[in-house]
Amino acid sequence: MILTILENGPIAKDVWRMRLTRPAGEKGLPGRFLHIRVPGKYLRRPISIAWTGEDSWDIVYKTVGEGTRRMTALPKGARVDALGPLGNGFDPAKAGGAPLLLGGGVGVPPLLDLCRALLEKGVRPQAAFGFNTAADAILLADFRALGIEPLIATMDGSLGIRGFVTDAAKALSFDSFFACGPEPMLRSALRSFPQTGYLSLETRMACGIGACLGCTIETNEGPKRVCKDGPVFAREELRWSI
Amino acid sequence: MVDLTVSLSGWEIANPVIPASGTFGYGKEFSEYYDINCLGTFSFKGTTLEPRLGNPQPRIAETPCGMLNSVGLENPGARHVVEHELKEMGRWFRGRVIANISGFSVDDYVRAAELFDREDKVGLLEINISCPNVHGGGLAFGGNPKTAAEVTREVKAVAKKPVYMKLSPNTGDIPGIARACRDAGADGLSLINTIPGMRFDLRTRKPILANETGGLSGPAVFPVALRMVYEAARATELPIIGMGGVSSARDVVEMMLAGATAVEIGAANLVDPFACRKILSDLPIVLQELGVTRIRDLTRGGIS
Repeated sequence: MILTILENGPIAKDVWRMRLTRPAGEKGLPGRFLHIRVPGKYLRRPISIAWTGEDSWDIVYKTVGEGTRRMTALPKGARVDALGPLGNGFDPAKAGGAPLLLGGGVGVPPLLDLCRALLEKGVRPQAAFGFNTAADAILLADFRALGIEPLIATMDGSLGIRGFVTDAAKALSFDSFFACGPEPMLRSALRSFPQTGYLSLETRMACGIGACLGCTIETNEGPKRVCKDGPVFAREELRWSI
Repeated sequence: MVDLTVSLSGWEIANPVIPASGTFGYGKEFSEYYDINCLGTFSFKGTTLEPRLGNPQPRIAETPCGMLNSVGLENPGARHVVEHELKEMGRWFRGRVIANISGFSVDDYVRAAELFDREDKVGLLEINISCPNVHGGGLAFGGNPKTAAEVTREVKAVAKKPVYMKLSPNTGDIPGIARACRDAGADGLSLINTIPGMRFDLRTRKPILANETGGLSGPAVFPVALRMVYEAARATELPIIGMGGVSSARDVVEMMLAGATAVEIGAANLVDPFACRKILSDLPIVLQELGVTRIRDLTRGGIS
């Protein structure tokens, strides 16, 4: 499908937000991704959806390599070849009465769409986000606009509590958690919290539709594809020796 | 009207555009994007006698004009494929498919070939000899004429369906391997498999792929593939399924001129799930431009 860029600009150090047109259709579960073709690069870039608007999608991406840097050069009005939304997202129906949104860095964006979906169901989540430093913090105003004040941890203490978000979140009381962030954060969450948990994983991908098996991980229910069976997995599925 | 039909050792297929093994699963995922019955056939995910979990992550790295993969032949095993994937496949594909078989010993190949040879859903056997021979110091079967011939002979001895040997590009002697397969009874050839390569992560200073190396595919390998198909076609009269970086209808024509009877499309499917359908819809237009009325007339058309 061909989408048109409505906005594309920086929101933090090396982090950009792009708003794309959204074709009519069901909103679907939050936590899924668009698989985007970048001019001059061979493989698509899988980028999670941060916000599903009435007729738009917002994606938030970090300029980690050449492909994402080229995305920053795409102007408003440019057309983008995208597949999606792909994958299996966060199911708000699986939240208890008091869920926690646990995010790290550019893992925070899909939790925004989930936050809205939970609020629409009448469930009010708490949020705890970790960043390296204050300059990396993203989407805090968006959560506040939904009436959620996130607990913030930064590694250097420049914003919120100093240290790991998984340590900071120990002060909170919650009955389930939805997590997206770097793998060490996800592992730490599994060690720290016995509650029901759903975690969004990241791998290098090629097709994004479950055909190439480039992103398969071993789970307690056999091999699963992060792109098609995930990216969100229940904690019981993950075979991580934490 | 352009005639797109081609024949692979007596098996007539509607057109020569065939999704390549490992890029199309068992067809199901693509059938969610378009009706894949427009395809002549497809080559299913490389299957071994026993199930394999494949290699650790990461398995994918991008390259200029292509990609590396080190999936490591992840598959549920031949018996599972016969009992599940092949049985369910009729729901999304009516035609017969190419059984892509890998092995790590001659016995592995033979036993997997026996299982698939009995299946009506299978049109031909494509034997991937790029795998290391565990009884041969890990050297690939396809790396020298003697072991390539041995696999060919033993599989031919049990198979009634056509046997196409899928050659590795990891040899300096494509003509020698091609002739060895022919002399051992192969019905056809299929080439090329991916080319070994690697990438490093500048930050970690380590290879991107957990397996360190992987197979290069995509447009980057297309000229290499053409040259090898051409060499194989000049060395033998066997029908050839040509592949390697084919991404457009024009690439299909070029591959057939180099000697191919049919063409497999690989990495292009991973970039665009509609790649094969698009190539197929472009093909009659390109052929008309070229004044070609029967696509099979292109085969070997570029060999002097």
